[in-house]
Amino acid sequence: MLASIVGIIERDLRLAFRRKGDVAQVLVFFVIVASLFPLGTGAEPNQLRAMGPGVVWVAALLAALLSLNRLFAADYADGSLEQMLIAAQPLAATVTGKTIAHWLTTGLPLTLLAPLLGVQYDLPAPALGALVASLALGTPVLSLIGAVGAALTLGARGAAVLLALLVLPLYVPVLVFGAGAVGAALAGLPHGAHLSLLGAFLAFSTVFAPWATCAALRIALD
Amino acid sequence: MSTNELELGERASRGEWWLRYAAPQAFFPLASRLIPYFGTLAVVFALAGLYLGFFVAPTDFQQGDAYRIIFLHVPAAWMSMFLYVVMALWGALGFVLNTRLSGMMASAIAPTGALFTFVALWSGALWGKPTWGTWWVWDARLTSELILLFLYVGFIALKASIDDPRRADRAGAVLALVGVINVPIIYFSVQWWNTLHQGASVSLSKSPSMATTMLWGMLLMALAAWMYSIAVCLARVRLIIREREQEMAWMRELGG
Amino acid sequence: MLQAESLACERGGRLLFKSLAFALAPGTLLRVAGPNGAGKTSLLRILCGVARPAAGRVLWAGENAHALGEDYTRQLLYLGHLSAIKEDFTPRENLRFALRLAGLEPPAEALDQALARLGLAGREDVPARYLSQGQKRRVALARLALSQTQPLWILDEPLAALDVDAIDTVIALVSAHLDAGGVTVLTTHQEIEFASASVVRLVLAG
Repeated sequence: MLASIVGIIERDLRLAFRRKGDVAQVLVFFVIVASLFPLGTGAEPNQLRAMGPGVVWVAALLAALLSLNRLFAADYADGSLEQMLIAAQPLAATVTGKTIAHWLTTGLPLTLLAPLLGVQYDLPAPALGALVASLALGTPVLSLIGAVGAALTLGARGAAVLLALLVLPLYVPVLVFGAGAVGAALAGLPHGAHLSLLGAFLAFSTVFAPWATCAALRIALD
Repeated sequence: MSTNELELGERASRGEWWLRYAAPQAFFPLASRLIPYFGTLAVVFALAGLYLGFFVAPTDFQQGDAYRIIFLHVPAAWMSMFLYVVMALWGALGFVLNTRLSGMMASAIAPTGALFTFVALWSGALWGKPTWGTWWVWDARLTSELILLFLYVGFIALKASIDDPRRADRAGAVLALVGVINVPIIYFSVQWWNTLHQGASVSLSKSPSMATTMLWGMLLMALAAWMYSIAVCLARVRLIIREREQEMAWMRELGG
Repeated sequence: MLQAESLACERGGRLLFKSLAFALAPGTLLRVAGPNGAGKTSLLRILCGVARPAAGRVLWAGENAHALGEDYTRQLLYLGHLSAIKEDFTPRENLRFALRLAGLEPPAEALDQALARLGLAGREDVPARYLSQGQKRRVALARLALSQTQPLWILDEPLAALDVDAIDTVIALVSAHLDAGGVTVLTTHQEIEFASASVVRLVLAG
């Protein structure tokens, strides 16, 4: 089972490296969105510091959303997804592998890039640490939940906007506790509870999201 | 596989008579007969609830008469959440038993659920304006209702975007189930976020302490909303059954 | 080995076929014919387990194929309408990952040999983007040369867009598979004779 998951991760990572532009696109979007806010609200340092956690988190959320169509759409269009449904390995293994590969090419780079954006918002070191920790725990959840949405909207009309509509409400808990962790660190308060909750969300979605994604994929390919 | 409906039909003829209503054609006349009863009950409960709410319940010391909007706001909020769970249950039933009527019921419930969410939102705004001076308050309940509205709209939009009605039913069922698991988590997150950022002062959840008449008024209005929902959903499912008439043709061909 | 019982298929509100049944012993070729839109591809997808039938079931070695799950799909090779070729991968990589999904990991030489058999020698390292439609189809067909361990082959129009040499190669591969006791289900518009084995012809009226 583990070997089959690793096999899928290898495949998707190879494909992603042949299309580095797609991966870079998401990161550029992340930076642009986060940079737009000060232009909209003014660059008063205290105000920026207060909104920094929320802005960086929302930008990461939107960037993750943007990258979701890469997960299944191409494989659906060329018939690869059909083959995955009748593979020798369980579909859940394939889905888990694809989700992990998605996180490695989206969530992980976002997490690593976030401190730079945090600096733009004058976040002090403890807040930056909380930012990286919360994103490290939260972005995999975004990939897992996003996979369900991506599978449900396969081949549907207006898929991109529909995907946003379906997935963003489900992202709210992650956003609340992710940005909350950074906000707490900013105020000098402990944020261990926030991170624990994010960890719980991660554990919960790791167990349940792949099943929902598999069900949705089978429905889409029926 | 619609063979399951044929199997249910066989079981129905062998004694489990209620199962014959799993077939849309059999459910249609039943729904038609039930609608007037639920409609009447809805009107009766609504009149009773409104009477209690607007004439019997005492004027609140702090909020004056404006607070009476909660007789609309709270039942609407309760129904919006209740209907989402019911919708998810119908979806799950359709998924497990592979019956078309379950998917049709879920589709019938969604617009009514969205309506109640919408009513909860604007009645909340109407309450907020005289009480707090603003049309919108980022209170835990209102924010949760807003997200619930997005969940309903997402469900309706997903079903609308898939051409094949049976696939749409099944995709909707998956979405509704994912949503129903998330609704408590979302509610909990929003509650937590609200207490952290807003503090205790600005909160529509802080209703005036409940006099018994107020509680009865809200319960009666909630019952009225429930009866109304059943009546409207039955009426809507009849329309859906008619719309999906074409599916029946091939099912009859298969069974015959 | 492969049986269909009372299969029915619904697409777009229409019943394409019903009460479809057959039983295939090892070494049998089932040839599905019929006009376009009659449900040939739908039938093949039902046999694979990708699509759900409106009624009836598929049996493999006497057991419900749907219930067997991976135990069934591990034994089947499906070549669908879409070739499942990734444009960014080379033919060798496409073949490797396709076989990996089937649980097979043959060495690189075997992959190259299979590609050569389908006339793709010298092109193993060219990204599939630069290949013609026929060449891409042949990359997908190269799986046949390395899938003797899979007893059930379900092929949707395997000979379409191929030149004479490639057609001969595919026919030879299918014949060898049948001789070894495998079962093949295929659709094709072309009038091809398969020398060996018993051939069952199924015509969908549509």
